[in-house]
Amino acid sequence: MLLLECPYCGAKCEETELSPGGEAHIKRYGPGSSDQDFEAYLFMRENPKGVHFERWRHVYGCGKWFHAARCTQSLEVFGTYAAQTFEPPQEIKDKISAKRPGWSWRDFS
Amino acid sequence: MSMRLKTGGRLVNRASQVEFNFNGKRLFGHEGDTLASALLANDQMLVGRSFKYHRPRGIVASGAEEPNALMNMGEGAKFEPNQRATTTELFDGLSVGSQNHWPSLEYDIGAVNGLFARFLSAGFYYKMFIHPRPFWKHIYEPFIRQSAGLGKAPTEKDADTYEHLYAFYDVVVIGGGIAGLQAGRTVAASGASVLVMEQTAHWGGRAVVDGGEIGGQSTEDFVNDSLEKLAAMDNVTLKTRMMGAGVYDHGYVLGYERVSDHAPKTTGPRHRLWRIRAGQIITATGAIERPLSFAGNDIPGVMLASAVRDYVVNWGVAVGDRTVVVTNNDDAYRTAIALKQAGLDVPVILDARANGAGSLGDTAREMGIRVENGKAIAKVKGGKRVTGVAICAQAGSGGVLEEIACDAVAMSGGWSPAVHLYSHCGGKLNWDDQAVMFRPDLNRRPTDQNGEGFVTPAGSANGELALSAVLADAIARAKEAVKALGHKAPSTRVPEASEKGENAVEPVWLMPQGAGDKLRMKTWLDFQNDVKVSDVQLAALEGYESVEHTKRYTTLGMATDQGKLSNINGLATLADALNTDIPNVGTTTFRPPYTPISMGAIAGAARDEVFQPLRQTPMQGWHDENGADYEPVGHWRRAYCYRRGSETRAQAVEREILQTRKSLGLLDASTLGKLVVKGPDTGKFLDMMYTNMMSNLAVGKCRYGLMCSENGFLIDDGVVARIDEDTWLCHTTTGGADRIHAHMEEWLQTEWWDWKVYVANMTEQFAQVAVVGPNARKVLEKLGGMDVSKDALKFMQWADGTLGGFKARVYRISFSGELSYEIAVPANEGRAFWDALLEAGAEFDVMPYGTEALHVMRAEKGFIMIGDETDGTVIPQDLNMQWAISKKKEDFLGKRAQQRSHMVSPDRWKLVGLETLDGSVLPDGSYAFAPGTNANGQRKTQGRVTSTYYSPTLGRGIAMGLVHHGPDRMGEVIEFNKVDGSLVKAKIVDQVFYDAEGAKQNV
Repeated sequence: MLLLECPYCGAKCEETELSPGGEAHIKRYGPGSSDQDFEAYLFMRENPKGVHFERWRHVYGCGKWFHAARCTQSLEVFGTYAAQTFEPPQEIKDKISAKRPGWSWRDFS
Repeated sequence: MSMRLKTGGRLVNRASQVEFNFNGKRLFGHEGDTLASALLANDQMLVGRSFKYHRPRGIVASGAEEPNALMNMGEGAKFEPNQRATTTELFDGLSVGSQNHWPSLEYDIGAVNGLFARFLSAGFYYKMFIHPRPFWKHIYEPFIRQSAGLGKAPTEKDADTYEHLYAFYDVVVIGGGIAGLQAGRTVAASGASVLVMEQTAHWGGRAVVDGGEIGGQSTEDFVNDSLEKLAAMDNVTLKTRMMGAGVYDHGYVLGYERVSDHAPKTTGPRHRLWRIRAGQIITATGAIERPLSFAGNDIPGVMLASAVRDYVVNWGVAVGDRTVVVTNNDDAYRTAIALKQAGLDVPVILDARANGAGSLGDTAREMGIRVENGKAIAKVKGGKRVTGVAICAQAGSGGVLEEIACDAVAMSGGWSPAVHLYSHCGGKLNWDDQAVMFRPDLNRRPTDQNGEGFVTPAGSANGELALSAVLADAIARAKEAVKALGHKAPSTRVPEASEKGENAVEPVWLMPQGAGDKLRMKTWLDFQNDVKVSDVQLAALEGYESVEHTKRYTTLGMATDQGKLSNINGLATLADALNTDIPNVGTTTFRPPYTPISMGAIAGAARDEVFQPLRQTPMQGWHDENGADYEPVGHWRRAYCYRRGSETRAQAVEREILQTRKSLGLLDASTLGKLVVKGPDTGKFLDMMYTNMMSNLAVGKCRYGLMCSENGFLIDDGVVARIDEDTWLCHTTTGGADRIHAHMEEWLQTEWWDWKVYVANMTEQFAQVAVVGPNARKVLEKLGGMDVSKDALKFMQWADGTLGGFKARVYRISFSGELSYEIAVPANEGRAFWDALLEAGAEFDVMPYGTEALHVMRAEKGFIMIGDETDGTVIPQDLNMQWAISKKKEDFLGKRAQQRSHMVSPDRWKLVGLETLDGSVLPDGSYAFAPGTNANGQRKTQGRVTSTYYSPTLGRGIAMGLVHHGPDRMGEVIEFNKVDGSLVKAKIVDQVFYDAEGAKQNV
């Protein structure tokens, strides 16, 4: 059972306090978008064995959504950060680089 | 025969007498006995029958690894199957029955299966029962169902209580043997907080049975001394009768504490499940002895050498008068020596190794025990108990050299570290050719959230078997653990321990080495599941190369013991059959729990009324007192109807509807979700949330709105009221309040985080009552206060004011088609307001109605219900609700999705009303058939029923449904299936059955 630190309230959350929200950093496509873009937005998801970026909500706590960078294979957590961002903070990317040299995920590396 | 000795037994209190019952027989034991030791003390060798062949089964082990001695324990509400006799502490009045036999343990009809053993080989389920096809359903399956399964299922509700407990420690040490105690001492000295748990009632593990000296003390004194020191420290918690059940991600450990199994009359919980977070976990779980594979090794009286020793030393119980010891290692010699010291006869030690043992062998010989090197058991003689053994050379194929009479066999095939807990979270193992065991690879330990190892095996669990090595390893591992936590490792020195010069164990996977078919068919690997050497070899022949596949094909290592005794022998046999080595075969996956834990412990206190918290409206007390017949709606219980006297549900619903339509009804609508959405960007936000426009809703007005997911599907509906310039109040469905609140938060926090909007869920702050019927206005006017006249409060308007002295917000909205007001008052005044309405409404024969009347009335009006007309695949267009979808808005959630090709297809099923020709009520969920069949030979369908009721207002069945091209087929008759297989004809009609022009609500 995972432990993730909520970047808002600082609580070290048990997984049971959280609700998962799938992949992070998905760009919304609305009216006017192509079928292909819209399909990718709705349905296409990464399924990496390794570095992954996810959304979680501290649902039985402060109620805030946040992002977590973790390894799906070892469950190592590289860090959590606020959801109000379009890409992971540099310090978290650096931390991943130190532990998983050469990593890449979608457009991030 | 097995019996209690005159002396010995360090754990039993001989002055005490404990009475218990086995299969109806009254038997006696002592305090400190386990059920197993007490049964053996009473010469009860036969304790059960095996799963497949119903072979006689005796006790094999003395601890958690026991595969055979499983009991149906207790009676009635205290009944529990599959209790291991070896881990059940004896108490006065204990009552057990053996399992898996009929009609009795001694004479079992199922044993006839043994005669067909050659047909019940590996994979027999798959092979035997396939042909002829109909036989499976009518003959094979009933037979298998009757004979399958260990133990019986309880029939009564569990009378015991259970609880969960959360705990946090720097270090958790699992195992209270000398490795665990020494590791605990080392950790404690660093100042870190530590929990040391031991699954039995006694500390010290094997070392106190095996003897030896540590730092000049006996092992027993060392254990007592360690306990004293640990108990005196504030940062130490010691727990016996607590098993490490599982190790999970990020330092999560489950401790299974059997609080009162040994003393069932004490108050408090029976089991306690400790949900522990630990910084570091040390698994000092010891090792488990392996059986040897020789013909007849399953006959009662054949036991692990260490168990034979335990019964003599711990409980003063002799398994037999004459015990033959058979081994491939030095440790079993300790059993022979212990038996001899207890005055029992050991006719021979058969050592499969050509060179035999080290100093322990000399000791045995000095005591007059005959030792035969390079020898093996060709076959054990006996049926329900051992009568003798035939001896052969280990190197040969089983030519009998000699037969020796005996009534017990103590076997040892070497030791396997108990790596289960270490492996639960992915700790990796290496095969050690010298020690003949899988042992943990300390470089590939399970890793935690920081990517660092967090589970460390210590002592025998780490493959160290000698006393001094165990202590040294425990200290080294504990120091690593405290350093990993950032503590300074204490300067604990390794105490000196006595050593016996032991010769190396040798791998012996089959005895004798060249045993032929006949012997291998009598050589058991898995006693519980009746898997023999020949079964695993057959599986290999048939192409089962993966150990995981072989496990499932042969059932090796399945069921309650999960192969604690059988796995290593099984995979060694598989490796041999595949002509490869053991590391190439690998192990099956170790999964929690270590041994089965009770369902009660998993549930904890979460049962009955606290299983799921119930939400109550302020008027719940009135409902309770007035015949409310409840149905669950989300976490609420809502009155389905209020039954009077001997009324049926249907009669009550009919009465409530007719009276509401005729005069006046009341509905407790407090459960409706009430989300206040506030802030300068609220209009923009709600325009995204709802399919229709909400930003242009005038203050003081209400509008019905639809919400879709980004997939375009309907997820909720409700009436939105504009409260002031930047405040809207959104009503959601009863079950939808929390979900829609979360949905709004998600979009606000993760997509439009720069929008200034705040959402608060006010559902429980207000009690809400729907006042419905032609006399609705009259009753409110009678209460007095605000103006609720037709002109002052028009349909789809709301106003604040007072009614009968209650501060109220009145929405003039209708879900029934009648003149209707929904009135919100502060929650703490809800019951008083409800009572006031009842009193004022008495002259109109006011009648509270339940959710079913609500449903029927809305269906009569053709209103949709989320969850009935929608099921997660329905878009508003399917329900002909284009009128509620804004064409002006550039964007809203679901708009783009509703433009996808499948969404705009003219072939989508659309909502219509349905009227049976015979007036009957269509079955719920019924399908309309279409001509022809699909690829699977099933009838094609052209529609389905979404809501169906008997309408008291109209005196016949009414329904709504989704039908292919439905709105274009008005008047057409189609056929729906009924549960009994017959068909019923229904005409497609408009979905509004009652007051289509809306005259009744607009008065």
